[in-house]
Amino acid sequence: MSALRILVPVKRVIDYAVKPRINKAMTGVETVGVKHSMNPFDELSVEESVRIREEKRAPGGVEDICTISAGPAKSQDVIRTALAMGIDRGIHVELKEGEELEPLTVAKLLKATVEAEKSNLVLLGKQSIDDDAGQTGQMLAGLLGWPQATQASKVEFGEGDSVLVTQEIDGGVETVRAKLPMVVTTDLRLNTPRFAKLPNIMKAKKKKLDKKTLADFGLTSEKKLKILKVTEPPVRQGGGKVEDVGGLVSKLKELGAL
Amino acid sequence: MSRRILRPASLLPRSSLTTWSSRATATSSKAWTCAVNSQHARRIHARANEYLPTNLPEWNESQRGVREAIAKICSQYTDEYWMEKDTEHKFPWELYNDLAANGWLGICLPEEYGGSGLGISEAAVMLQTISESGACMNGASSVHMNIFGLEPVAKFGTKEQKERWLVPLIQGKERACFGVTEPNTGLDTLRLQSIATKHGDHYRIKGSKVFISTAQVAEKILLLVRTAPFDANKPSHGLSLFYTDLDRSQVQITEIPKMGRSAVDTNTLFFEDWKVPTEDLVGQEGEGFKMIMHGMNAERILVGAEALGIGYAALRRTSHYVNERVVFGNPIGKYQGIQHPLAECWMNLESARLMIYLAGRMYDDGYTDGEYANAGKFLASESAFKAAERAIMSHGGMGYAKEYHVERYLREATLSRIAPVSGEMIKNYIGQKVLGLPKSY
Repeated sequence: MSALRILVPVKRVIDYAVKPRINKAMTGVETVGVKHSMNPFDELSVEESVRIREEKRAPGGVEDICTISAGPAKSQDVIRTALAMGIDRGIHVELKEGEELEPLTVAKLLKATVEAEKSNLVLLGKQSIDDDAGQTGQMLAGLLGWPQATQASKVEFGEGDSVLVTQEIDGGVETVRAKLPMVVTTDLRLNTPRFAKLPNIMKAKKKKLDKKTLADFGLTSEKKLKILKVTEPPVRQGGGKVEDVGGLVSKLKELGAL
Repeated sequence: MSRRILRPASLLPRSSLTTWSSRATATSSKAWTCAVNSQHARRIHARANEYLPTNLPEWNESQRGVREAIAKICSQYTDEYWMEKDTEHKFPWELYNDLAANGWLGICLPEEYGGSGLGISEAAVMLQTISESGACMNGASSVHMNIFGLEPVAKFGTKEQKERWLVPLIQGKERACFGVTEPNTGLDTLRLQSIATKHGDHYRIKGSKVFISTAQVAEKILLLVRTAPFDANKPSHGLSLFYTDLDRSQVQITEIPKMGRSAVDTNTLFFEDWKVPTEDLVGQEGEGFKMIMHGMNAERILVGAEALGIGYAALRRTSHYVNERVVFGNPIGKYQGIQHPLAECWMNLESARLMIYLAGRMYDDGYTDGEYANAGKFLASESAFKAAERAIMSHGGMGYAKEYHVERYLREATLSRIAPVSGEMIKNYIGQKVLGLPKSY
């Protein structure tokens, strides 16, 4: 079996605990001065890649775990977090502050990275919690012509490069099998990400971090989508209270539901 | 004591948490300007009702990194957890073990023994954050001694001693307590009475200690005792420092019931004929006082930071409460009688915070005098106490009830006004050293 070379893309997003606010121009959410952290789904894929190595799950072993993030200079923070959790090295593709890549551009960037780094497994979050597009993993598998297993809740390795991926579906679980190289996207039930240990945070700063630009991959940030307007959801109108079952029935009749 | 100017480097190697930022001294004014420039869209750095915000001005990247990582751990322990530990007088083992397992106990200790070699600037952020999460002194004191108490060992111990003592401490396998204060001497440390006499390969120690935190759970004690009688001509000589097993068959340990911080025990120690091996002596015999004094300013900074945490926690709970509690048709936070005192509390806390972190930076840069560490600790503990008191008054009867946690905050904030040094002694110090006035006591 081939030794694994895992690529784990991560994204810096507004922290999940922060309540996002829409900017004055209504073109997006306010990001300046807002707490950012690693996309929670990406934390799962970072954790899983490290566990695959620690638990010696892959018969061929793990040769390399590399993370990549495209974003402003601050994105290095999430790369360092991934390195502190146990990933070997990182690549930072620097974008201008405020510049956003569409999922297709990200998928193209990852395809080029997979080829350059000779990765044979890409583990990535099923979506990022900022735009919730949920497209990158699937587009990447399409561009590479690789099999994909989405929303993984369990990843196991078998003989002859086979990978068994379990995903939760309505009313049960579904298990798919594919051969390396492949793309796996991660879901919440997969694991519980660890905290970065302080000594590992210190060591992470010495790990290799390559800096690149989109141009290094022969790419530009192409915009196929145009955001017209971003608004708050309408404020929920308070419901009415009824005294008893009789009151409920007459209210439902009044509204024409019965 | 002569006033010394800033020395360029401390004796211990210090590094910052992140490579891409240099130390605060070099970057602070620049970081501030950048932060202001990038704030064009949102001007408030951190709101008092946010839970452990990282974006505080004057903190560098290294400090923010500590804040973020430690906040993740602390956020698992709620106010209810801390109320339970406080009520039941139980040591917070869960948090302690979590911090140990994730390597936080060695934040200030040398890397070669498993530590991380960071400075007081970062340790202060760690302890402020633990306290601010709602843990207050109950959380901070559970690790406080392990964070910085063994600085004299790190600085003056032999390689063999450091290997023997620092490694298990950092791993959380051993806990240490700090045995200096005695019933008859209080803050007059030079007049300590417990005495050790040498008998071949060991010392025999006789005496007592008081207000010894964590002695119920500690395996080790850092002990300052006399090895020569007090000599008025050389008052700072004759005290020696030991780090040794807290052997319960030789030491009688009695817990002291107290007003607050009840999860972490405080004790009286009695010993008649306590045998301590000579290899547990730290540094030179008779030089213990200087070694202990070395860590005093650092401790003031850390306690100040812990107090700040209580103040911000009180303000956070209260700003939520007064925004929601409706009386006379409005949230009570709309009334200036409620709003203005809270605004004052925030201003006091922030000014104290700036001084505490200034003192931390000066300490890390090798400054040894204590005017900023003492003043910062004074301002922090006073403003934390005030904030906790305003928190209770803003909650009204609810604040007096335990359910809203602020009464616990007030009991804990009281501790920081007394320990490790009282406000009165700090004023004496400032009066003498900074104002150049005669010693008043």
